[in-house]
Amino acid sequence: MSELAESKPAAGSKIAAPPRGLPGWLEIPLGGILVEPGNAVEYRTGSWRTRRPIHDPGKCTSCMICWLYCPDDAIVVREQKVVGVDKDHCKGCGICARECPVKGAMTMAEGGAY
Amino acid sequence: MAVQAVTQQKLALTGNEAVAMAMKQINPDVVAAYPITPQTDIVQYFSTFVADGKVKTEFVTVESEHSAMSACVGSCAAGARTMTATSSQGLALMWEMLYIAAGFRLPIVMPVVNRALSAPINIHCDHSDSMGARDSGWIQLYSENAQEAYDNTIQAVRIAEHADVRLPVMVCQDGFVISHSLMNLEVLPDEAVASFVGEFAPRYPLLDAEHPVTYGALALQDSYFEARRQIADAMSRAPAVILEVGKEYGRLSGREYGFFEAHRLEDAEVAVVAIGSAAGSAKAVADSLRGQGIKAGVLKVRVFRPWPWREIGDALGSARVVGVMDRADGLSNLGGPLFGDIRSALYDRTRRPLVVDYIYGLGGRDVSLEDIEGVFRDLLRIKDEGRVTEPVTYLGVRE
Repeated sequence: MSELAESKPAAGSKIAAPPRGLPGWLEIPLGGILVEPGNAVEYRTGSWRTRRPIHDPGKCTSCMICWLYCPDDAIVVREQKVVGVDKDHCKGCGICARECPVKGAMTMAEGGAY
Repeated sequence: MAVQAVTQQKLALTGNEAVAMAMKQINPDVVAAYPITPQTDIVQYFSTFVADGKVKTEFVTVESEHSAMSACVGSCAAGARTMTATSSQGLALMWEMLYIAAGFRLPIVMPVVNRALSAPINIHCDHSDSMGARDSGWIQLYSENAQEAYDNTIQAVRIAEHADVRLPVMVCQDGFVISHSLMNLEVLPDEAVASFVGEFAPRYPLLDAEHPVTYGALALQDSYFEARRQIADAMSRAPAVILEVGKEYGRLSGREYGFFEAHRLEDAEVAVVAIGSAAGSAKAVADSLRGQGIKAGVLKVRVFRPWPWREIGDALGSARVVGVMDRADGLSNLGGPLFGDIRSALYDRTRRPLVVDYIYGLGGRDVSLEDIEGVFRDLLRIKDEGRVTEPVTYLGVRE
């Protein structure tokens, strides 16, 4: 960001290697502020998952209850049909399976990996 | 006295009246405050200015200091020039929001009227309240008298809002000793202050609907450290801004400000370091000892955060013995916060003075000229002995 463009990192920052791939302290906006709306999608909360929802399209009636309750907008809907789970953002909380009114349409399995 | 650009009014004001006057002339967009002794007058006078239409400020009455600082954070993030004021337990109740104000990089200006922290409950001066907040990311300016409290409050706005800094500022003055004592001081014309502080140019204001932003997002292992590193960078840029603003204020008022006042330090063998009203007494004692052929000097700290350690090291480096006067006890078994920072500032010098600490004046315990002369005599004894046997002394406490 422009207000910090002329900053020089302290010499000590060369001693230990920081995690790579994200902006440095010279580049982020002031105060940890987010200046681009809607960027939560870039945060892959799916890596937190230790249990995973299994969607059975044969039983699912696409009533949209899971879509309504999902705190991460991770239920994928196409042409008004529930078609599965967004693996990058589903945290495996299990709310979809808990709220699903159809037995077996959405169930939780152990382990985060699909 | 140096040349001044404007004609100033001479008024007899208390420290609290002087700060309220400065706030009136700054005319902030929002003040959210809660009264607490000995700060109460500031809020009371300022609310009168609001009621009388002397300022355009939105005055937010809140139910606690926790809410006062929360309201200030919201209002400053929204894009409003924001002030509050507090003391002691009030500052303690603001604690979590102090860090948020600095972390969000919000240039809030807050006069702090220093008062002891409970327990036992006490309403009188010591520095334990603001000293506890020294690592919160707030800039801290300390005042020796009502004139300095007035001048520092006005300069604080420019320092806080400077594009290189964007950090909140506490303007500290001693409770009762300064806040409730009348002093003849010079007050700038309203328009001179208005022009000096200028218009607030907020960065990332929440009310800018064309550029929506999020304050307070989560930053975990991958980003928190970078945001905090940025605050350290701002603090490292603050000294240059403080000097620049101090010089410009000097051209306007005839009263230039730096990091500290070095009083007869050039050839001093024994030096006392003090903050606030006690520094005035220490200067008088040093002058009197000079008359007796003793090379005594005083360093009065104005800027405590950021800590101008290089310049302080240069100013004190030639002394043989330095006595630090701490009006707050660190309860660490190694003295108060000023002591630690003074010793640290001197550590890397090839020729280090001996440094000792005197904890004094807790809960408003008076410190007399004789007490401070006793400190200088103790420093002379240490100079003769050539070593420190007791690094910390409690000054003026009953055994």
